[in-house]
Amino acid sequence: MKIHEYQAKQLFAQYGVPVPQGFAAFSVAEAMTAADKLPGPIWVVKAQIHAGGRGLGGGVKVCKSKTEVQERASQILGMQLKTHQTGPEGQLVRRLYIEGGADIKRELYLGMLLDRDVGKIVVMASTEGGMNIEDVAHNTPELIHKAWIDPRVGVQAFQGRDLAFKLGMSDKTVNAFGKVLASLYELYMAKDCSLVEINPLVVQGDGSIIALDGKVNFDDNAMYRHPDIMAFRDLDEEDAREIEASKYDLNYVHLDGNVGCLVNGAGLAMATMDILKHYGSEPANFLDVGGGATAEKVTAAFKIILSDKRVHAIFVNIFGGIMKCDTIAEGVVTAAKEVGIDRPLIVRLEGTNVDLGKKILSESGLPILTGNDMKDGAQKAVEAAKKYAAAHA
Amino acid sequence: MAVLVDKNTRLLVQGITGTSGAFHTRGAVAYGTNVVAGVVPGKGGTKFDDSIPIFDTVADAVKATGANASVVYVPPPFAADAIMESADNGIPLCVAITEGIPVLDMLKVKQFLAGRNTRLIGPNCPGIITPGQCKIGIMPGHIHKPGNVAVLSRSGTLTYEAVGQLTALGIGQSTCIGIGGDPIKGTDFIDALTLFAEDPETHAIIMIGEIGGSAEEEAAAWIKANLKKPVIGFIAGLTAPPGRRMGHAGAIISGGTGTGQSKIAAFEANGIKVAPTPGDLASTLLTVWQPR
Repeated sequence: MKIHEYQAKQLFAQYGVPVPQGFAAFSVAEAMTAADKLPGPIWVVKAQIHAGGRGLGGGVKVCKSKTEVQERASQILGMQLKTHQTGPEGQLVRRLYIEGGADIKRELYLGMLLDRDVGKIVVMASTEGGMNIEDVAHNTPELIHKAWIDPRVGVQAFQGRDLAFKLGMSDKTVNAFGKVLASLYELYMAKDCSLVEINPLVVQGDGSIIALDGKVNFDDNAMYRHPDIMAFRDLDEEDAREIEASKYDLNYVHLDGNVGCLVNGAGLAMATMDILKHYGSEPANFLDVGGGATAEKVTAAFKIILSDKRVHAIFVNIFGGIMKCDTIAEGVVTAAKEVGIDRPLIVRLEGTNVDLGKKILSESGLPILTGNDMKDGAQKAVEAAKKYAAAHA
Repeated sequence: MAVLVDKNTRLLVQGITGTSGAFHTRGAVAYGTNVVAGVVPGKGGTKFDDSIPIFDTVADAVKATGANASVVYVPPPFAADAIMESADNGIPLCVAITEGIPVLDMLKVKQFLAGRNTRLIGPNCPGIITPGQCKIGIMPGHIHKPGNVAVLSRSGTLTYEAVGQLTALGIGQSTCIGIGGDPIKGTDFIDALTLFAEDPETHAIIMIGEIGGSAEEEAAAWIKANLKKPVIGFIAGLTAPPGRRMGHAGAIISGGTGTGQSKIAAFEANGIKVAPTPGDLASTLLTVWQPR
C-alpha cells in the first residue's frame, strides 16, 4: 500500500524525523489558509499523487509570495500530472501540500527496504540526493552506501556514524543523521513498512538535517493490524478495476494489452501472460482467481475484464487441482450467461473431471472455444483477438 | 528414499479444524499420508473426524504421537507463531501453506529457526509430495505418479502443470517441492537442489522460478558448479511490469533487479535449458534426459 508525501511526513514527525512545517490542502482556499499559517518568505506548493517524478512533471513549485501560492495552487490542483511513473495519461491532482522552504546546503538520499536475499532490512544512503535512485544504482553503484540491520538488535549507532562519514558529514550532523536513521528503522518495524525513502534528505546551512520529501510503502499482508495506516488509503489513487477485484479477493493488475486473462494461481497467471506474448499478443491483465474459483468470483472477474474495452478476447486458463473442472466449467457458463460475454472466450481446463468440464462447456450453447492444452488455448486466444480487432477496427 | 517425506512421515496438522486445514487433512489421509495428530489450542482431548487426536499444544502432540513433520494451515496473523511452536518442539520438517503472513513476522521466524533443527518449507506454498508415499499440502495427489523426476517451484499451479505434463507422458516424480511465493522463505532453491543432488531416486529436475529476487540466478550458478544431474528451467513473469506485485508477495521487479530476462540469461549462461513456454516443461526435459 502507498500513501501520500504529506502522510509520510506525519509519520516521520511522529517518529522524530525532522520535516519542514506544512499543511495538506484540498482546495485553493485551503492552500491559502495553509500559506497564512507558514512564516514565509518561501512557500512550496506540492501536488500529492502516488507517483514519483512530480517535480519534473511540473507538480512542485517554489513560491516567493502568497499571490504566487494562489496562482500555483490553482494551476496544479485539478491538473493531469504526467510523470515517468503515471503513464502517458497522467494522474489527476486532487490534493496539495503547502510547505515552508528549507535552507538547502546538500541533498542526500536515504532509503530502507527488505533485502530478501539475506533476510535483513538494508539501509541505502547516497550523496546523489534528488536524483532517481534507480539510475544512480545503475550508473554509479559505488555512490550508494549500504548497511544491513541485524533484526535481533536493530540499528546500531556505529552504523549511523559509518554511513554519515561516508556521506561526508561532520560535527553535529553526524549525530543528527544517526537519529534520523534510528527513527526511520523504528517506523519501519512499528508500521510494517516495505519501503521508507527520503529523497532528498537535506543538510541545512546550520548543519541540521531535514526530510524534504518522503515516501513510505507498506506490507499489504500486515495492514490488518494498522487501522491508522489504513485510514491513509486514498482510493482515488488506485485503479478502479483493481479496487473492485480486491472486494472479491481477486488478484488483478491492469496491463496494456488486448487479451484478458482469468487464471488460477499467481505463477500460472504470469506464465499465461507470457505465453500470449510468445504467440504474438499482449496480455490485458494479470488475474489470479485463487484456489476457489466459485461462480461468484468468476462472474466478478469476467465483469472486470470486460469493462476494459481494449480487451478483444478472453483466455480462461485453469488447472483444476483441488477444484474440479466440472465445478469450474459450471462457474464459467453461469458467469458467461449472466454477464453476456460479447467478445471471444477461450477456455482451457486441465485436472480433475476435465472431460465432464469440457462437456458442460460444449453443451452450454455458448460460443466458447476450448483449448486442448495451454499452448493450444493461447494460440486460439491470440488468433481470436486479432480477428476481433480486425472486424471492429 | 525420495526427499524429506516418505512412508515413515508422521504428520501433525496445525489448524486441523479450520476450513482449509480440515479439507486438506482429509485429502492427505485419502492419499495415504499418516496423519497422527492435530493441534488446535482449546480443543485438546477431542478428535478430528472421530479418528485423529487433537491436542492443545505441539508439545503435547509430539509427546503423545511422535509426530516428525508438521503442516501449518493457521490464518496469517497466527501462522508465524505456529511455525515457531513447531520449531521449538524440535519437529524436523514444518510445511507452511498459509498465504499472507506479514514479511516482518517471517523475519522473526527466520531468526528463530537459526540454530534450531527444523527445516521450514514455505510459507505461501502448495507443500511437498513424494508420490505414492506421502502428501503434505494442497496439491492434487492424483495427477502425480511415482518416478525419478523432481519438480521444484515457487508457484503451485505451475508445479501441477509440470507434473501433469510429466504424468501424461508416463514419467513419474521422485519428490515435488513448492518452496513458496513469499520474499522470505524457509527453503530456497539451493537448499532443495542440495537434497535432490544426494537423492538416488532423483535422476532429473524441473526447476520453475519467477520474477523477483535473485534466487534463480544463484541457483543457476550453484547447479553448474555442483549438480551432476540434468536440470531444465522455466521462469514466469517475462511480461510483468516493474514495480507491480504479481499476486505472490515475492513476485515483483524492483530497482531493475529480479527480471525474468536476467534469470533466463543466468540459466542459459550456466548451461541450463529453458522451456520456451509453460506448455513445454516436460518436452524440454526430454531433450536433455530420457527415462530409463
